[in-house]
Amino acid sequence: MEDNKPKLVNNESSCNGNPCSCIDAQKKPSRRSFLRQGLAVAGGLAAFTAALKPLSELNPDDIPTAEEFIQKHYKEMSAEEMESALDRIRNDVEKRYQVRPEIADIKPMDGVEFVYALNLSRCIGCRKCVHACVEENNQSRSPEIQYIRVLEMPRGTTDIEQGNHHYDRPKVPSDDHYYMPVQCHQCANPPCVKVCPVEATWQEADGITVIDYDWCIGCRYCEAACPYWARRFNFSEPKVPSEKINKNMSYLSNRPRQKGVMEKCHFCLHRTRQGRMPACLEVCPTGSRKFGNVLDPDSEVSQILKNKRVFVLKEEVGTLPRFFYYFDERYPRNNSEGA
Amino acid sequence: MSAYLTFLYRCFRISFVGNWQYHLWMFVLSVITLLGLNAYCKQLVHGLVTTGMTDQVSWGMYIANFTFLVGMAAAAVMLVIPVYIYKNKDLHDLVIFGELLAVAAIIMCLLFVTVDLGRPDRFHHLLLRFNFPISMLTWDVIVLNGYLLLNLHVCGYLIYCAYRKRQPSKSFYIPFVFIAIIWAISIHTVTAFLYVGLGGRPFWNSAIIAPRFLASAFSAGPAFIILTLQVIGRNTGYHVPDKALSVLKNIVTVALTINMFLLVCEVFTEFYTDSLHVASAKYLFLGLHGYHALVPWIWTAIIMNTVALILLFLPISRSMKYLNISCVLMILGIWIEKGMGLIIPAFIPTPLGEIVEYLPTFNEILVCLGIWAFGLLLYTIFVRITIPVLSGQLVHHDTSKP
Repeated sequence: MEDNKPKLVNNESSCNGNPCSCIDAQKKPSRRSFLRQGLAVAGGLAAFTAALKPLSELNPDDIPTAEEFIQKHYKEMSAEEMESALDRIRNDVEKRYQVRPEIADIKPMDGVEFVYALNLSRCIGCRKCVHACVEENNQSRSPEIQYIRVLEMPRGTTDIEQGNHHYDRPKVPSDDHYYMPVQCHQCANPPCVKVCPVEATWQEADGITVIDYDWCIGCRYCEAACPYWARRFNFSEPKVPSEKINKNMSYLSNRPRQKGVMEKCHFCLHRTRQGRMPACLEVCPTGSRKFGNVLDPDSEVSQILKNKRVFVLKEEVGTLPRFFYYFDERYPRNNSEGA
Repeated sequence: MSAYLTFLYRCFRISFVGNWQYHLWMFVLSVITLLGLNAYCKQLVHGLVTTGMTDQVSWGMYIANFTFLVGMAAAAVMLVIPVYIYKNKDLHDLVIFGELLAVAAIIMCLLFVTVDLGRPDRFHHLLLRFNFPISMLTWDVIVLNGYLLLNLHVCGYLIYCAYRKRQPSKSFYIPFVFIAIIWAISIHTVTAFLYVGLGGRPFWNSAIIAPRFLASAFSAGPAFIILTLQVIGRNTGYHVPDKALSVLKNIVTVALTINMFLLVCEVFTEFYTDSLHVASAKYLFLGLHGYHALVPWIWTAIIMNTVALILLFLPISRSMKYLNISCVLMILGIWIEKGMGLIIPAFIPTPLGEIVEYLPTFNEILVCLGIWAFGLLLYTIFVRITIPVLSGQLVHHDTSKP
């Protein structure tokens, strides 16, 4: 900069009044330049407005109301604030689906830690669980969002990369395969919770990892972090036909979601925290799905963990899943003696 | 204070003044920016479904460009280090151009992250419940914004001092320059850790990613600055010393060599081990089960980088023409490598082994182009303001003296 000092002086002295390179010297505004500038400004504004045009199609319901905007994080809401949030959700759901939901904020039970166990010897890959889950949890039907993915595995391997996701047979099971449904494993060391920048997802006392759909900013970091591909994102406005809405809802589980937020399996917490079984378990025709409280030594899941050949998926990633797979015996389906 | 406002006003005025090439350039950039804005408005209305991203490949072009630009931003430091640590005077004035590039690049980074959000209307949740220090994304928010502020301060201060014809006070900017040097390394490292820390993505879960990030950034960034300085020199009459270009050329040569070496290390580890974790790398370099959308891209990138490196090592790179060819090849090569080569294959196959390929949509590409055009627009304005100030054509007229 010091080299430039002499130049400074030169320029300054030549600047007074003469046409020079001094860029913002006061030019006399001629009518022509005034018109030209006016046109440029008008053209610029018109182009800018035109660029913003698509916003006119924005659904007014998509714009957050003041109430939604100032709503606190789930863990910071008082009982009254939660009640008013639930009221708002009731009204929103009624407006959108013409159904008045029964929604509550159902809390975890004391002394309960939920665990899922899935019997690979029995699962026939019928995908009834997949569809029951969609019905129960008010997932978008178009595009359809499914929490459970059933893999058709060739015998002789547990390498899930060899699984077929899109098998389509007139009749299941195929004798050469076994079936492995995968859903959220409700890990005890969940990578998805760790990465969330705004704490929109966390692990509850009963081991279920939940999402506050009103807090998620939609960065999809959790989706990248999940080793089980359990999370689903609402890339577009979720669509559920009014007659398909499940009225029995909870704040942290199956209430309808908005566009741009994450969702996933939550062990049907609106059912299971009230003593019922998850929808995927109830619909299973083979009894392959077992669910219960692992802290109760007499529960079915505790017995399975104790007595069966149990394994977890991708143990090496250190996530400590609460979703266990087990086998009854060596040759599936040749021996009908079950668990 | 009023002098400062006058300065800002004059900066604003001057950014509209120039020859017809300048006006054409700014016009084209403005049009592309507006097209991008229009595409983003469509995305706001319909959701991220307007992009090619899916639950399987949940990050795409936006995050890829973000990653590349973090590198560009950090590259400014490669001009700063020779000046302030090795006291290389030839580069002194040019530091400002590097730092301005960093400012523009960081703004582009922040825009790319913003357009990637499903709920940008909830951005304030970051302020209310900040998952620091657990989430690497919160670290990234801090380091990127911190780097932006540091560079804004240093360039803003130096330019304003030149405008007021004052000698900049060392204690007011030198400490920030040194902080910015370390900070530049950190924006890179933290961005790499964003990916590296995910155990469920073996393609990213490797310690070499962070050093490779630095190496590739320190080649693409200075290469971009080499080209920019020549454009500035040609169009503004601002004298760019040849020594500056040769220092940058040396930096680029070393960085690109290290980058290529690390690439070899990575490819060897993946393919010689040949464990199940090689699937993503196989998809990227060779194709997997009949899917090979990325194969032509990555090989193009490797060829570009190799040719660039060979050119740099040959004596012909002393001629500007070949140096420029090498820089262009390297920038494109690294853009592909950091974007399509690093982000997308980590999602293919999915953790459950499903293969879904990713193809950006037209709308998504428009948003990307819009952000790039906006960044270039900003940088052009910065340079447009800086040159007359540094060369003394735009200075404070002290009205108190006769």
